[in-house]
Amino acid sequence: MKGRGLRAYALVYLLFLYAPILLLPIFAFNSGTIIAFPLKSFTTEWFGQMWGNASLRRALTNSLTIAVSASILATCLGIFAARASTRFEFPGKGPIMGLIMLPLVLPEIIVSISLLVVLLSLGVKLSILTVILGHTLICMPYATVILSTAFNSLDRSLEEAAYDLGETRISAFRLVILPLVMPGIISSLLMSFTISLDEFIIAFFLAGNEPTLPTYIFSQLRFPKQIPMIMALGTVLVIMSILLLTIAEYFRRRGIAKTGAKNTGGFL
Amino acid sequence: MASGNRSQTAQGLTLIAPPLGYAVLVLAAPLLTILAYSFFKDGYLTVIREFTLENYRAVWADPIFHRIMLRSLVVAALVTLATVVLAFPVAYFLSFAVSPQKKAMWLFLITIPFWTSYLIRVFLWKVILGYNGVINSGLKTLGIIEQPLTFILYNVNSMVITLAHAYAPFAILPIFIALEKIDRSLLEAGRDLGESRAMTFWRVTLPLAMPGVVAAALIVFIPTIGDYVTPALIGGGKIPMIANMIQAQMLDLDNRPMGSALAVTAMLIVAVISLVFIALNRRFLRVRQ
Repeated sequence: MKGRGLRAYALVYLLFLYAPILLLPIFAFNSGTIIAFPLKSFTTEWFGQMWGNASLRRALTNSLTIAVSASILATCLGIFAARASTRFEFPGKGPIMGLIMLPLVLPEIIVSISLLVVLLSLGVKLSILTVILGHTLICMPYATVILSTAFNSLDRSLEEAAYDLGETRISAFRLVILPLVMPGIISSLLMSFTISLDEFIIAFFLAGNEPTLPTYIFSQLRFPKQIPMIMALGTVLVIMSILLLTIAEYFRRRGIAKTGAKNTGGFL
Repeated sequence: MASGNRSQTAQGLTLIAPPLGYAVLVLAAPLLTILAYSFFKDGYLTVIREFTLENYRAVWADPIFHRIMLRSLVVAALVTLATVVLAFPVAYFLSFAVSPQKKAMWLFLITIPFWTSYLIRVFLWKVILGYNGVINSGLKTLGIIEQPLTFILYNVNSMVITLAHAYAPFAILPIFIALEKIDRSLLEAGRDLGESRAMTFWRVTLPLAMPGVVAAALIVFIPTIGDYVTPALIGGGKIPMIANMIQAQMLDLDNRPMGSALAVTAMLIVAVISLVFIALNRRFLRVRQ
């Protein structure tokens, strides 16, 4: 009886969180060109239009290139940061970790504008490379958080056992630690990939003339005629990110189960 | 064990060097550049490297800056209030009423919308709240209203709703973590000593949850004040917030020293407000120890 009112509230809240996402497929399959009720008839025309769109395909290729590169780079840097912060003590640890985590709370406009000013004054040409630079920076804190959980739940005696059995520091890392934190690494890769794929501000400022999926969507939102197609694209993107996040969550949990720690839930 | 400690320190520093180096090059150096630029003079299409406080004087004297900064603060404050107040019962429910095995599932469900298609979600709120939007056209079809509701049309209200929706999961997590840390026997002690359920909540649970509430407020307030997309899409560019003003100054007008001074001033204001907010809650934050 105590939880019933709260449960009802939580369910309404969940509905509020999902409301816009639930509207996406409704309008993606609606044949009317205006996004409003009442609905007209069922159509898959917008998905066909999306499939045949050349500039959209280019944006997709760019976005995938950026997301794959940024997630690999961020995860590699995250492995270093997580290993250092969970296993070792060193001077200035607090401020150093603070700087690495700073992009979590810093508004993206500040990150992107300051990076843009520096790149322009250095004469660097804006391209998808500069976006990768920015995306790696903002994905690094998330990767570090996820990987720290993975490294934290490691039993130190396993590592020591490997040393006792004659492994070197590097081979012990490769043979014992890496397989144990592997689920964390996969989870971090998928998470960073999803963040990069969805990121708009940095791509908007640092991509130059190259479109990414979010900047392409932003440019099309001005044209009412393009909206139904964008709804179709949004539907596909939402399904994809939910899939990726579910896989990421699966690996995160498996990693925790593998090392025998208690599941505390959530990415943060 | 002195040598052991030293090698530990050395190993730690070697490991942290790559991510630290990256953060210094791509984050700290650009931020310092902005800071330096804010003290330079603007020549046409160039930057004159001469120290001046003129940019800051101009920023503080600019009535447009006052208006936009005030609007950003009001929007961010309203969004923070709405998200924290709406999120608290959900976090409370998760921590106290959901069985431990199901907690991760709930948290996962709550965070999913946060990671999916920010841009399209913001745009959809415009569609939902707009003149011919889902709410207005839906209510008209049902015959409940004849004229569209105007208080949600492309204004500060609609920006607050959109942003509150976008940052909702960020508010739940810190509150949930703080509630999880509360020793349940304290609550039982409160009840045993004759407090009612409401009084136990007011005098034990809420003060102990305050560190989470403060963290939630800051983690929502700081990014929302710098939001660029929502004013651009919902307000149609007519009701800019501080991020849009910085962008216009930096790129459209190409006045980098002035844009930098704006950015630094805005960051300072946000930092001061955050510190005052933390100071006001010191009594609660001390509970942690």
